[in-house]
Amino acid sequence: MNFWSDPVNFIAHWLTRLFIGWGMVGWLASLIIQLIGVVVLISIMMVLDIFLVWVERKVVARFQDRLGPNRVGPFGLIQPFADIIKLLIKEDITPDGADKVVYNLAPILSLMSVLLLWAIVPLAPVIFGVDLNVGALYIVAAGSIGTLSIIMAAWSSNNKYALIGAFRQVAVLVSFEIPMIATMLIPTILAGSMGMNEIVQGQQTVWYVVLAPLAALIFMIAAIAELGRSPFDLNEAESEIVAGFHIEYTGMKFGLFYAGELLHAFTFGGFWAILFLGGYRFFGLENLGPLVAAVILLAKAMFGYWVIMWIRYTVMRIRIDHMLAFNWKFLTPAAFVLLMLTALMNTLLRGTPSGIYIPGMFLTNVLLGWIIVEILRGYSRSERQKTENVAPAAATAHH
Amino acid sequence: MTAMQIFFLIVGLVILGSALMVVTTRNLIHAALWLIVTLFGVAVLFAILDASFLAVVQVVVYIGAIAILFIFAVMLTHKEMRDRGPQLNNSWWLNAIISLLTFGGLFWMLQSWNGFSKTAADFPSSFDAVGQLGKALISPDAFVLPFEVASVLLLAALVGAVYIAFNRK
Repeated sequence: MNFWSDPVNFIAHWLTRLFIGWGMVGWLASLIIQLIGVVVLISIMMVLDIFLVWVERKVVARFQDRLGPNRVGPFGLIQPFADIIKLLIKEDITPDGADKVVYNLAPILSLMSVLLLWAIVPLAPVIFGVDLNVGALYIVAAGSIGTLSIIMAAWSSNNKYALIGAFRQVAVLVSFEIPMIATMLIPTILAGSMGMNEIVQGQQTVWYVVLAPLAALIFMIAAIAELGRSPFDLNEAESEIVAGFHIEYTGMKFGLFYAGELLHAFTFGGFWAILFLGGYRFFGLENLGPLVAAVILLAKAMFGYWVIMWIRYTVMRIRIDHMLAFNWKFLTPAAFVLLMLTALMNTLLRGTPSGIYIPGMFLTNVLLGWIIVEILRGYSRSERQKTENVAPAAATAHH
Repeated sequence: MTAMQIFFLIVGLVILGSALMVVTTRNLIHAALWLIVTLFGVAVLFAILDASFLAVVQVVVYIGAIAILFIFAVMLTHKEMRDRGPQLNNSWWLNAIISLLTFGGLFWMLQSWNGFSKTAADFPSSFDAVGQLGKALISPDAFVLPFEVASVLLLAALVGAVYIAFNRK
């Protein structure tokens, strides 16, 4: 075993030999090595998170025709560190009447729910935390801890704006979870497993974005809603509820929510890449070594993150009733029909050569997309006629 | 005692302790949060038993849906989220005896079963627990009938809820 073909296991074996050489018991040595692995993975993610602050600010500046941070360090790269120092030395205020334990637990749970997701991310064929055979469900389970942290933060703050913000956000989270689960089942059907490693391995010949483009689109929309980002950013509204559920948090406690939000966006970009864009695969480039594969996955996650930011900074926000109607009356039925259709077509076409299988699956998606657009067109036409036939209120008042 | 047994005992104590807190704490939201700790402990027990699917579903369904629904219901219905009044009623000793007898009966029944003190064999590495569960849920000689009946029941509840909430114009 050499370092370049399997770096993580190489280091783990070396450490095991070292610890046992010091006279440590076998199980204790492996436990300590597992803990070191967890700490290293979390540290890498948190350092990346600091970098994401800079990325987000620079990209939003481009979209809004500004320069972004450019004073501290080359290209403003030191800016996030200055921000962190500012957050750390700010006064830490706990409001009167706050439930102290719950209030302090909420930001930790919020960041934890995001970091938990990285346990199942296969960075490379041999670099992953754990190959869980229920990976897709695990993503939802970690997300439910995030939902819980929002309620805890809002309730313990003892602030009505925080509570209203949390009600809005949780309503969105709980409802958009459903199309998200339905679309996560589509790569599961195509790969025959819920494990992230097997889903990536199933995309050896073709990425699932080709077999299920509609699923990739619905997953992205649901992911943006789960993140609470524009056009679904109703948890934050300066004129109504100010900053939403984290209104009372100051200093680094607010920083944890903010870091969690940015890392969450990047993580969903990563899961979008794993489920639909081939994960660590890039036209055979991943065969150069696991470290190259990890860089490919992180680059694809960055691309997914960029798509999320692109939508966030160019699309206007939607009203909450429109948003929930959009989810329950459009996205959820579409996702379920797509799920059933994909399962059916996958069973029918499974034995056929890829020359029939791939276009067959693709055309199924195109056909369904066309039908959905036709239904929407018919609906909007009937709605338009309804408003055109009604006389204006001022005109009727005169009679 | 193996490391796994120590871990099991710690998880068991956490479950029992938090379950006790659910019924003794006076703040309803705190009770719901302690209930989440209990449910999470049960998920950990499933994980110890290599039932990864059940462990994850426990978190998704009980913490992600039911506990959050509890918190919402409490927040929307109670103005004062604090429970005053006595925490025990007159028949507490009867309930204590019944629960002790139930526990004792279950303990005695399990002790007389010959599998009680055996250690479970490890799954072979190729064993696909999730796949086996999925097959059991849809094969006619296993659980397809209860599974479908439960689905129809949930569908009926859903239709009923829509019917009640439907605003007839």
